[in-house]
Amino acid sequence: MNHDRYDDAYLRSILRDVRTIAMVGASPHWNRPSYFVMKYLRSKGFRVIPVNPQAAGREILGERVYADLADIPDPVDMVDIFRRSEAAGPIVDAAIRKGARVVWMQIGVRNDEAAARAEAAGLRVVMNRCPKIEYSRLHGELAWSGANTGIISSRRRRL
Amino acid sequence: MADHDRAPGFETRAIHAGASPDPVTGARSTPIYQTTAYVFDDVEHAASLFNLQTYGYVYSRIGNPTVSVLEERLANLEGGRGAVCVATGHAAQVLAFFAFMEPGDQFVASRKLYGGSITQFGRSFKKFGWEAIFVDPEDPENFRRALTPRCKAVFVESLANPGGVITDLEAVARIAHEAGVPLIVDNTLATPYLCRPFEWGADLVIHSTTKFLAGHGHAMGGAVIDSGKFDWAQNDKFKALTEPEPAYHGLRFYETFGDLAFTAQGHAVGLRDLGAAMAPMNAFLTITGIETLPLRMERHVANAMAVAEHLERHPQVAWVSYAGLDSSPYRALARKYLPRGAGSVFTFGLKGGYAAGVRLVESVELLSHLANIGDTRSLIIHPASTTHRQLGEAQQIAAGAGPDVVRLSIGLESVADIIADLDRGLAAAS
Repeated sequence: MNHDRYDDAYLRSILRDVRTIAMVGASPHWNRPSYFVMKYLRSKGFRVIPVNPQAAGREILGERVYADLADIPDPVDMVDIFRRSEAAGPIVDAAIRKGARVVWMQIGVRNDEAAARAEAAGLRVVMNRCPKIEYSRLHGELAWSGANTGIISSRRRRL
Repeated sequence: MADHDRAPGFETRAIHAGASPDPVTGARSTPIYQTTAYVFDDVEHAASLFNLQTYGYVYSRIGNPTVSVLEERLANLEGGRGAVCVATGHAAQVLAFFAFMEPGDQFVASRKLYGGSITQFGRSFKKFGWEAIFVDPEDPENFRRALTPRCKAVFVESLANPGGVITDLEAVARIAHEAGVPLIVDNTLATPYLCRPFEWGADLVIHSTTKFLAGHGHAMGGAVIDSGKFDWAQNDKFKALTEPEPAYHGLRFYETFGDLAFTAQGHAVGLRDLGAAMAPMNAFLTITGIETLPLRMERHVANAMAVAEHLERHPQVAWVSYAGLDSSPYRALARKYLPRGAGSVFTFGLKGGYAAGVRLVESVELLSHLANIGDTRSLIIHPASTTHRQLGEAQQIAAGAGPDVVRLSIGLESVADIIADLDRGLAAAS
């Protein structure tokens, strides 16, 4: 599929379907972008399980940090990748093995070969996007910050 | 609508962008949130808001729901990523430069700007240690020649006030980008209906929303719109966006907010510290005005063209500077950058000089003699006796405001009445 742009319907269905997200590259430092995204997604009802070998065994926002995706004892719906594009390949392969249904690569992260492998295995893929920005864009909150959401609707938004 | 591949048209977006029904009440018009502050759910919610980790309102100096609707509307119409609305167009210029300028920094600006901007850049900006280098925009290469290693931006007006001058945006954008700095374009006189600078490479767009966007002359306002496309990390000039921000515990705006970095910083730092917030009532009036922008601009342009053609034939008129006329040296640039029309603000020269200009503005009865543009009402001013009277004659001529110059902002009245009033005034001035 074309990964230069995504239909709102595609992103909306992913964010509606997933509940448990493994965040690879989650930082324990509160002023890092990954921490912002984890905190926001938790406030919207997602469970976010952090993966970071440097912080393994510690907790971020009350969730235990695992060194590797394979170490997570629970099922994972989506793997969110906060690593550079070159490092995304093995993480995508691990996500396929883990049984995730979605692979999401953050803004600036894109690996088309890995995406093709994930799609061949039946996973849905989003690249070079942020789930916090997309969730808030589709639910009205991003517009509170002066952003152009591209949403044109005469329907009352769900809060 | 956004779920379908078809992108909505300009007229649809002018009415709907940013303004879905109120989620709480279902109110269809945008409510005027006439409030200074907003309650926190608890301490944790407050902490998330102050840390910029979640979306929401804290204090109307930094953000207000009615103002946010206007911000999204403007960002959408310009094709940008986000916008910051401020109290006036002049405040928008301060906020845009404040985002990355430090004492000792410079920028290159067109010499053909609204006179108030020349004064703001040339005099008041000096007090911040920011130096404007003015160049003649006729030859885009003049911008390249003026750029220094201390320059952090290039600034032009798409359709320059007092009118008739059009900047070659694509050429100037290329020069700015080769120097690793953003092109800032004031698009006030054109509006996004007539010209969209981002499509030609601009990085930031400035508006005085007081003019054609609001359209009615009821409300002051300004805006900075970010394309979201400029790479702030390509060199070390834009540390305010790329380096840790001490007031937010080391947060880096560009890394954290990506293509929304400028918009986020413009609110969290610019509005917080400069304080030039737009009033919610003014945002509401401007939102209402923009709903009819496409219709109004079509008529503004048609009326302006008819008046310009009439004046060009008038025996007391020496010249008309309107880029819609075939006689204009800017006709080719107008066709490229303003294909729907060259706006409705322009100047013309009276053979009778200064005295004729004074008699004309004192004789008209329909046109309003005042210092503004972009109103439903037709406006007239003789710059040499008013806005530019503190300048010497040589400076007046350099600014396009010589003793014989009259500026018009053609409104939406019956065009025959506008022409008849000008004819009456010209007869009195003969």
